[in-house]
Amino acid sequence: MAELIYDETGRLLFTEEMRREYTILVPMMLPIHMTFLTRVLAQNGFQVELLSSVNREIVDLGLESVHNDTCYPALLVIGQMMEALQSGRYDLDKVALIITQTGGGCRASNYIHLLRKALKKRGLAHIPVISFNLAGMEKNPGFRFPVKVYVELLGIIVYADLIMNLSNQTRPYELHPGQTDALVEAWTRRLLDMHLSLRRLKRSLAQITADFAAIPMNREAQKVTVGVVGEIYIKYAALGNNNLERLLADEGCEVVVPGLLDFIIFMGDHHVVDTKRYRIKFKKGLVSLLIKVVFSFFQRRLIGAVRTQPVFRAPADFGTIKRLAGGYVSDGNKMGEGWLLTGEMLELIHAGIGNIICTQPFGCLPNHIVGKGMIRAIREDHKDANIVAIDYDPGATRTNQENRIKLMLTIAREKLQNQ
Amino acid sequence: MNNNCEFHIGVDIGSTTVKVVVLDDNKQIRFKRYQRHHSRSRETAAEMLREALDAIGSDAPVTVAFSGSAALKAAAAAGLPFVQEVFATRVAVRERVGEADVVVELGGEDAKILFLTNGAEERMNGSCAGGTGAFIDQMASLLSLSLPELDKLSFEHKHIYHIASRCGVFAKSDIQPLLNQGAVKSDIAASIYQSIVSQTIAGLAQGREIKGRVCFLGGPLTFLKGLRERFVKTMELDGAHAVFPEDAEYYVAIGAALRGGEGEKMLPGEILDRLLNAQKQDDASDALPPLFESKEAYEAFRLRHGKNAVPRADLASYAGDAWVGIDAGSTTTKLVLIDGEGRLLFRYYASNHGDPLSVVRAQLIAIREQCGARVRIRGAAVTGYGEELIKNAFRCDEGIVETTAHYYAAKAFNPDVDFIIDIGGQDMKCFKLRRGVVDSIMLNEACSSGCGSFIEAFASALGHSPAEFARLGLFAKKPVNLGSRCTVFMNSSVKQAQNDGAGVDDISAGLSVSVVKNAVYKVIRARKAAELGENIVVQGGTFLNDAILRAFEMEIGRDVTRPEIAGLMGAYGAALYSRERGGSESSLMALAELRDFSCSARSTRCGLCLNRCRLTINTFSGGRRFVSGNRCEKPLGGRDSDIPDAYEFKKELLMAFRPRENAPLGKIGLPMGLGLYELLPFWHTLLTEIGFEVAHSGLSTRDLYLQGQHTIPSDTVCYPAKLAHGHIERLLAEGVTTIFNPCLPYNFDQGMGDNHYNCPVVAFYPELLLANIPRLKEKNVRYLAPYMAPHATKSFPGLAAKYFRQTFGVKPGVTRAAVKKAYKAYEDYQEAVYAFGDRALAWAGEHNAQSIILAGRPYHIDPEINHGIHKLLTQLGLVTLSEDCLRPRGYSNVSVLNQWTYHSRLYAAAKYVTEHERVQLVQLISFGCGLDAITSDEVKEILERGERIYTLIKIDEISNLGAAKIRLRSLIEATK
Repeated sequence: MAELIYDETGRLLFTEEMRREYTILVPMMLPIHMTFLTRVLAQNGFQVELLSSVNREIVDLGLESVHNDTCYPALLVIGQMMEALQSGRYDLDKVALIITQTGGGCRASNYIHLLRKALKKRGLAHIPVISFNLAGMEKNPGFRFPVKVYVELLGIIVYADLIMNLSNQTRPYELHPGQTDALVEAWTRRLLDMHLSLRRLKRSLAQITADFAAIPMNREAQKVTVGVVGEIYIKYAALGNNNLERLLADEGCEVVVPGLLDFIIFMGDHHVVDTKRYRIKFKKGLVSLLIKVVFSFFQRRLIGAVRTQPVFRAPADFGTIKRLAGGYVSDGNKMGEGWLLTGEMLELIHAGIGNIICTQPFGCLPNHIVGKGMIRAIREDHKDANIVAIDYDPGATRTNQENRIKLMLTIAREKLQNQ
Repeated sequence: MNNNCEFHIGVDIGSTTVKVVVLDDNKQIRFKRYQRHHSRSRETAAEMLREALDAIGSDAPVTVAFSGSAALKAAAAAGLPFVQEVFATRVAVRERVGEADVVVELGGEDAKILFLTNGAEERMNGSCAGGTGAFIDQMASLLSLSLPELDKLSFEHKHIYHIASRCGVFAKSDIQPLLNQGAVKSDIAASIYQSIVSQTIAGLAQGREIKGRVCFLGGPLTFLKGLRERFVKTMELDGAHAVFPEDAEYYVAIGAALRGGEGEKMLPGEILDRLLNAQKQDDASDALPPLFESKEAYEAFRLRHGKNAVPRADLASYAGDAWVGIDAGSTTTKLVLIDGEGRLLFRYYASNHGDPLSVVRAQLIAIREQCGARVRIRGAAVTGYGEELIKNAFRCDEGIVETTAHYYAAKAFNPDVDFIIDIGGQDMKCFKLRRGVVDSIMLNEACSSGCGSFIEAFASALGHSPAEFARLGLFAKKPVNLGSRCTVFMNSSVKQAQNDGAGVDDISAGLSVSVVKNAVYKVIRARKAAELGENIVVQGGTFLNDAILRAFEMEIGRDVTRPEIAGLMGAYGAALYSRERGGSESSLMALAELRDFSCSARSTRCGLCLNRCRLTINTFSGGRRFVSGNRCEKPLGGRDSDIPDAYEFKKELLMAFRPRENAPLGKIGLPMGLGLYELLPFWHTLLTEIGFEVAHSGLSTRDLYLQGQHTIPSDTVCYPAKLAHGHIERLLAEGVTTIFNPCLPYNFDQGMGDNHYNCPVVAFYPELLLANIPRLKEKNVRYLAPYMAPHATKSFPGLAAKYFRQTFGVKPGVTRAAVKKAYKAYEDYQEAVYAFGDRALAWAGEHNAQSIILAGRPYHIDPEINHGIHKLLTQLGLVTLSEDCLRPRGYSNVSVLNQWTYHSRLYAAAKYVTEHERVQLVQLISFGCGLDAITSDEVKEILERGERIYTLIKIDEISNLGAAKIRLRSLIEATK
């Protein structure tokens, strides 16, 4: 075990020594993004492992580790880590954990603290927890990178968002099953070889788009298109949503999942908005503005690339989503996914994707308002909108969820036939 | 049947029944059958299909389609067509009823509403909306009535009680006390129906009004006329707008047949083959290890537990002193008679059949008769839910809190006992003991009740007696893993297990494990067995079930003590307690009195204060009366005490803010919800000063909630948020045309934490109200929900000036001056509350009284939210403080992110308690409050680090204070 060093608040630090000796466990959320992330970290001398286990024990360990009424994502992420620590696969004196930290008035800002509490209760307080965030919270001496790595981390979000978006559009239609996934893997490798360079961003994005467009597809049979929005973890993580994307694929649907870029721009944007609205200064003000400007630029590039191939539907940019949400919730509504969630539903509807699954952990506080709370108003203005809200929690059974999703799909198919 | 036409079969496999119909070419029903499947859904469906095919009497190809929640996997596995059930209903309604605007369908466990016109929408109950048909079954068995009896009784009701409408468990914990208090069954029957109606409107319609022609479908609505009546009355429908079609219970099957009729035809034989040969998939539900590997292991287990027996003595020959102990539990009544050595002279354990009074009376008569003159009864103590009623009815000497009774009993079996877990009919009590006092209590909160009666209900639903059901589980090879969530959700887990082909034995064992897991992880919240204790005594009727006992030992990995009289421990403890009190002659009724005893109950509403408690008045023979349901002494002729009560104080302080008359800018409404409970002084002053007549909506009531409940979009949000809908309705009813309800992501910074947010619901709920209350738009109400940050004292005056100039044309100078006064008003309010806190603590010191910090949120002072818990405290002689009447004491460092203004106060209050011997803390939590999942753990940790007892009370729309009382009384006992 490395020497345990604490900062002035008593937080266990991840040190240089640990960097050399420890394996960092990363919880799974977005497969493409996380694969990039782990490989980039590995290229930079970290030993990283992506936790992809999916079993009932995760939920049970989560229930044991955190308060039962804690949000389901925290329960799953922490459960997944506890399962890994318990599995015997790792030397518990040479392992570290990493978790994202968002900040803000939602419960989610407490995940990292709940994780530390859970470790303490299991007598594992010597395991360091790294906060992964863009806002410079909780620094660790062993988790610092040269500038070029930060650039690579930025690149992950742009490239992975594009690949996720395109692969979702080709996979349901590919003539030769497996071709899309093969291309995803091929480009993942290639981009890593290029160190996710952003130098010739425009060209790389266009190249990727062209490659996906070249996949032979059968576009004759019209498929039901379903948008998935909601709380960020449940929306993206198969562990959280009982493998919703697979379920929809098996039902013969095309799935549309909004990218991570919007959420990141949103995180920067709301600080900028609040600063202006309340005329108060935030410590993170400048960083936030920078995040907003830089990622908005990337997003425009991404959209531009998708537009080069008319076969693909390009996502709307952040500004458009924000404008759409404006008629329903204020842009001051910033906790959790905030107004972005309402905006994503509206963006999907405006893009002609009226079938929407709004996913949330049972009892998610912000989603009471921006998710379930806005569906009525959205339906009033868009009579055709076919939105179903699905709750996920340790007790909700798949049968119940599937039944509700099937209902939504039946209406969707009926709509498609009548077109 | 006629062979010349084609037939279309529809099969609806629901959660409890199978329905099969055969339609002919003219869409006429030629065959229909309805049958319970007792979890053998596929076999039953196949048998019924065969009957249907026999009835058709030909081998010509037919179409077939399946529908229903339990048919999903079966149909997929058999490769047979499946029609989503709501969709099937819609198809059938269009065909047979024609124009209908709304369809309300109640099934075994599902409830649905279909809006057919003006934007078709179809809604089904979500994960938190428990049973409907199954729920009525459960309630009927709780009342020991058959369904027809229940239905008939409902027409004789005089009163409707409020019964929580969310799920069965909630309703149960509402009904049980009513029963124990002697409420009339007919009233309860009608109230059960009413709760279903409310559930349908609140839980399903969610903001959309049910109007136009409404078609009612499904079994319960076909068979239960009383239920129909409640729906029609509540929805104010006339004959033309309420349609109860024939064959309503078959609509899903009919829809499936109609829809399936468009599909391919198949040979009858092939259909049956496919259904029967479909491979059972048991992938989804993973199995648990068996409870017992062998008969021998079970025998050893029996032998070990057989040692904890209680010596008996024969009452018929005994002469001397004796003590009576009575445990009037929620579903069962227990009585014992013991002698001076603790030997059992008499024992009784049985269901109370919803009428504990007559059960206890009969047993007391039996005891008195057998005692004759030989035995002198020196004391009688009673405990349990029905404690007060029984004590008053039969003049018992003592009433003791259940925890005390159980401790006395457990001590008799293991003097070193340090942990007791008691699982009864519907409540679960666990407590740790330290140095002979109850140290921490864990009760099942309203959402995870269930326990014993839950297993019973499942046993009978699956067609077994409870004992037989338990026996089946003992040797199950592959118990189903049903998870450890609240037992209500288990309904659907079991459904899924059945879908996956699990047998009754595996389900039985799985249920035992899940009850245990629920207890260990949900109620006790243990992480390791060692946390529980070294000397564990388990008791309560549920532990007489060997499967559950075994599952418990396996889960915690340690042997425990189960007294032979596990089910009688409460009564036994009460008797031991009575013996210790050492009275010489019991005041218990004599034989003649017992024989003459009779009781009549009537219910009424107390009109003496805003709480409007529903009182049950029991009149015993001889004219003695016992009133229950009250929360204070007023209806008993008493008066409010002068013990300081911060909740009462704050409420009066806030309600003193009255509107200014003849205000130049006219009237503006402030809905009293959520954040406004603390910031009323601020906003009221600000708006009054700039020239408004400020009408706030006042305190909440039950009626106010009901007026707003149809616009609540999320049924899992906390009750305080739900009430906000009613406040808007009340303002509208008062003719208010401008409503001000600001959104505040940040609250004032008291420097106690890392940040000073409001919770997401408090911060943004005002926006939700606008999006979900159609009347705001219909009535052209000016609803203002600006985002503001008054905590930013530098920028706020200018921003407010700008806002009120743009919105109302108020001169900036006026607003600036008003803001200044508003800050002052807020400060004054806070100072008044702090000063009250100082005074109250001083009072407590002078009178040597205990103080309790009832730690919640500012909005918890609303009587409809706290249900009068603070009055319970003062009744018990305790000074009642609130978390916000302690002066801020600077930043507190806690092990979570301390970033919400209201919640920082909880941590600070907990710290304060650890430093003050005579002050205790009770945390008040609204069900559904996600933030309290974090705060409650942390507050508990702070208290326990300081060697103090943590007590938590969860509140919701339920106004039953039974559990709260146990906690509070035990806390007082422990801190004596």
